[in-house]
Amino acid sequence: MPSRIGVYVCHCGTNIAGRVDSPGVARFAAGLKNVVVARDYKFMCSDPGQDMIIKDIREMGLTRVVVASCSPRLHEKTFQKACQRGGLNPFLFQMTCIREHCSWVVADPAEATAKARTLVAAAVARVNHHDELYSRVESVHPDVLVVGGGIAGIQAALDIAKSGHKVHLVERGPSIGGHMAQFDKTFPTLDCAACISTPKMVAVAQETNINLMTLSEVVEVKGYVGNYTVRVRNNPRYVNQDLCTGCGLCMEKCPKKVPSEFEEGIGTRKAIHRNSPQSVPNTPVIDPSVCLQFVKGKCGACKKYCPSGAIDFEQQESFLDLQVGTIVLATGFDILDPGSLSQYGFGRYPEVYTGLQFERLNNAVGPTGGKIVMKNGKPPESVAILHCVGSRDTNHHEYCSRVCCMYALKYDHLIKDKVGHHARVFNFYIDMRCFGKGYEEFYRRVQEEGVTFIRGRPAEITDQAQRPEEEGKLVVIGEDTLLGRPVRVPVDMVVLCTAMEPRRDAAEVARVFGISQGQDGFFLEEHPKLGPVSTATDGIFLAGTCQGPKDIPDAVAHASGGAGQALALAARGEVSISPTVSWINPDICVGCKICIGLCAYSAIEFDERRKVSVINEAMCKGCGSCAGHCPSGAAQVRHFNEKQVFAELEGLLRPAPPVREPAGADVA
Amino acid sequence: MQELIVTPETAPLGAPEAAFEPAIVAFVCNWCTYTAADLAGTARMVQSPNVRLIRMMCTGMVDPKYIIKALLEGADAVLVSGCHPGDCHYINGNYKARRRMKLLKEILPRFGIDERRLKLTWVGASEGNEFAATVNRFAADIRELGPIDTRRLPLL
Repeated sequence: MPSRIGVYVCHCGTNIAGRVDSPGVARFAAGLKNVVVARDYKFMCSDPGQDMIIKDIREMGLTRVVVASCSPRLHEKTFQKACQRGGLNPFLFQMTCIREHCSWVVADPAEATAKARTLVAAAVARVNHHDELYSRVESVHPDVLVVGGGIAGIQAALDIAKSGHKVHLVERGPSIGGHMAQFDKTFPTLDCAACISTPKMVAVAQETNINLMTLSEVVEVKGYVGNYTVRVRNNPRYVNQDLCTGCGLCMEKCPKKVPSEFEEGIGTRKAIHRNSPQSVPNTPVIDPSVCLQFVKGKCGACKKYCPSGAIDFEQQESFLDLQVGTIVLATGFDILDPGSLSQYGFGRYPEVYTGLQFERLNNAVGPTGGKIVMKNGKPPESVAILHCVGSRDTNHHEYCSRVCCMYALKYDHLIKDKVGHHARVFNFYIDMRCFGKGYEEFYRRVQEEGVTFIRGRPAEITDQAQRPEEEGKLVVIGEDTLLGRPVRVPVDMVVLCTAMEPRRDAAEVARVFGISQGQDGFFLEEHPKLGPVSTATDGIFLAGTCQGPKDIPDAVAHASGGAGQALALAARGEVSISPTVSWINPDICVGCKICIGLCAYSAIEFDERRKVSVINEAMCKGCGSCAGHCPSGAAQVRHFNEKQVFAELEGLLRPAPPVREPAGADVA
Repeated sequence: MQELIVTPETAPLGAPEAAFEPAIVAFVCNWCTYTAADLAGTARMVQSPNVRLIRMMCTGMVDPKYIIKALLEGADAVLVSGCHPGDCHYINGNYKARRRMKLLKEILPRFGIDERRLKLTWVGASEGNEFAATVNRFAADIRELGPIDTRRLPLL
C-alpha cells in the first residue's frame, strides 16, 4: 500500500518565509509522489501548527509526516510527539531543515527556495521507507557519580545526597575544596571564603549518602545512560586515613621542604603535607616524588613520630568499579601560566604575582599569615593590577574570563584595607565588566576608596628606570587610551589577573566520558542557551567552570542545575532509549565477523549455532560502524538504513523540475 | 581580432562554464558537523546553496556505496564531514570513515572520477565559521573542476 504523506512547511514568522517562498514549496511538495496533503503555516511548532498535523493524521489517514522547518536538533522531538498524539508512530516522521541550512544562509531568495524544494523532495522520498520503531525503556541506577570536589562538585554532591540518592564524589587532589579553598575573601560581599566553603566541605564528609574518594581519578567509563560502569583509580596516600588523627606531628618532623602547589609556589610545604588545617579529609599525604623514604630509601621520620602508627609506605594504587546511573562532571579550570606573556616578566621579577598567588598572600593561613608584603617583608606602597592577562587576547584566549574585573576590585579594596589608605593602586583594564548582583555597587565603592583606573592593556613591565622616581621599582608601561597618551607607572608590586582556561587534561577527560570540547577547550554543553548543563551524551551533565569561566555564584547555580538534571533521571528510575540501533539480518549475514572487530562497544556477538553475528541492543549505540562496512549489507542501522539513505539521495539529486511561476502570479 | 577575446564581461550568458552550478551532497555527522551547520545558520553565515546535507549519526556509518550512488545519481561532488580525530561521539567512527575515504579516493580515478570530487573534513560542533568556509571553498573548487559526466565514464 503506498504511503499517505502529509508535508508541512513552516514560515517561522519571517525567519524562513522572509527568504524562502514557503507556500510555493508546499505547492511543489503537493505534486510529489504519495503526498496527499501539503500545507504551510506561520509557526508549525505552535499548538495550532501541531494540531494541524494531528487533525490531518486522524482525518486524512496520513501514514507519514514531513515537516520542513528549523533544525531537527531543535524540534524533532516536538513533532515526533505530535505524531504520536495523532496516533502515528514517531519514527514515521521526517524533519528537514530549511532555516539554519537554507533561509538563514542562502542570500538569494530564488536559490533559497530551490534549495528548500530539494530538501523537501529528499525528505518525502526518504519518509516512504521509514519503519515503525519502538523505544526501549531501561532502568536508571539510582546512584550518581560527581567528578571533581571543588565548590561546584561539592554543591552538586550535597544537592543529590539531600534527596536520598547515593553520590560517589571523586576528587583527584588530596582534599576537596578546589580553587575556592585557596581564596581569602570573595567578591562583592567580602565574605571570608573559608567561612562559607569549609562548612560545605565538612558537610560532604559527614553526609552518609556521599562516598568521598580523594586522590582518585576516573580512568574508564562504560555503559550508557542509566547504567554506567565507572572504573576509579585510588592513588596511595601512604597514610592510613582510618588511623590518622590529623595531629600534624608528621609534617613538623618531615625534613624535606619543597614549594607548595596549594600556595601557588610562594610558600613551602613538607614532603608529607596537607593543603590547610581545614582540609577535608584532613589526613596528610606523602608526595613520593620528593619524600626521602621513596627517593633515597631512608628517613621514615614521619613513621617514627606518628603517635597512631598511620604511616604506611607500602600502600599501592587500587581500582574500584562503581555502578551509577548518571554522571556530573565538575572538573573545574586551570589558570593560564603567565610565563608565556614574557613582556610582563612573570618569573623574572619577583614582585610580579598571579591572581591566585596574591590570593594566598591575603589568606590568613597563607605563607605570610594574611599580610600583603613583598618578598623583602615590607608592605608595598603601590600596586598595579593588570586585567585580562591572556583573556580577550587573540594570541591567547579570545573569551572573557568573567571573574577578573571583580577579583581585581576585591584586591583594590583589600590593599587599601590591609596596607593602608596611602597605598596607591592602579588598575589597567580594557573594559570593566561588573555584571552580577551587587557587582556594580562594589565597583563604585572601590572607586570611591581612591583607586586609580587606567584604560589600556599595558605593553610591558620593566625594571629599567628612566626617571629618579622609578629607581628600584617595577615600571608598568602602557597607554591611557582615554587620555590618548603613553604612561609609565612605577609600582612596588604587580598582580596579573590571569585567564581561566580549561584543565590541561580536559581533552583526555572528554575522551574518557565521551563528550566534546568547544572551540575554547571547555566542555561543550548541549545548547548554549537552553541546555547549559547537559551534554550530547545522555546522562552526563556539567557543573561549574569545566563548561566555561564562572564566578562562585554562577558555578554553584550551574552545579545545582546539573544535580537537578541528574536527579530527574535518577528519581524517575527509568529512561527511554532510542531504538535507532543496528540490526544484522541473519538471512544475509555470512558470518565473516568483520563487524565484531569494528564495534567500539563490544555490542556484537557471534552466534556459533547459526553462524551469524548478532547485535546486543542494550550495548549498541547506533554508530553504524558495522553497517558502513558490512560486505554483504546484512548490518543496517535502524532509521538510517540503506533504503532510506538511497531514497534521500535520489530525492536530493532528482527533484522535479523547478516550478516556473510567473512573477506576481499565484500569490493566493 | 580583438572582438573574439572572451572576457567574463563579454562571455555570452548561458555559456556552459558560466552557468554551471554543481550539485554537492554532504554526509555529515549529527554530533559535530551537523551541529556546526546549525551554528553557522544561527550566525547567518552565508553559504553556497550547492551543498545539501544528509544527516548521519556518524561518519563511520557512511558506506562507500552511498558516495558512489550519489556520484552516479548526478552529484558533482561529495563531502563527508565529522568530528575531529579523537572527538568522535562514538569513540572512533571517524577513523573508520578516514580509512574508507582514503581507499575510495584511490578507487574513484580508476572509474574515471576525479578524486577531488570526494572530500573528507573534520568540523567540530562549535566551528560554525569553519563549516561555512569549508562549504564555500569546496563549492568553488568543484565549480572550477566542472560538471561530472557519469554517462561518459569508461566503465559504465
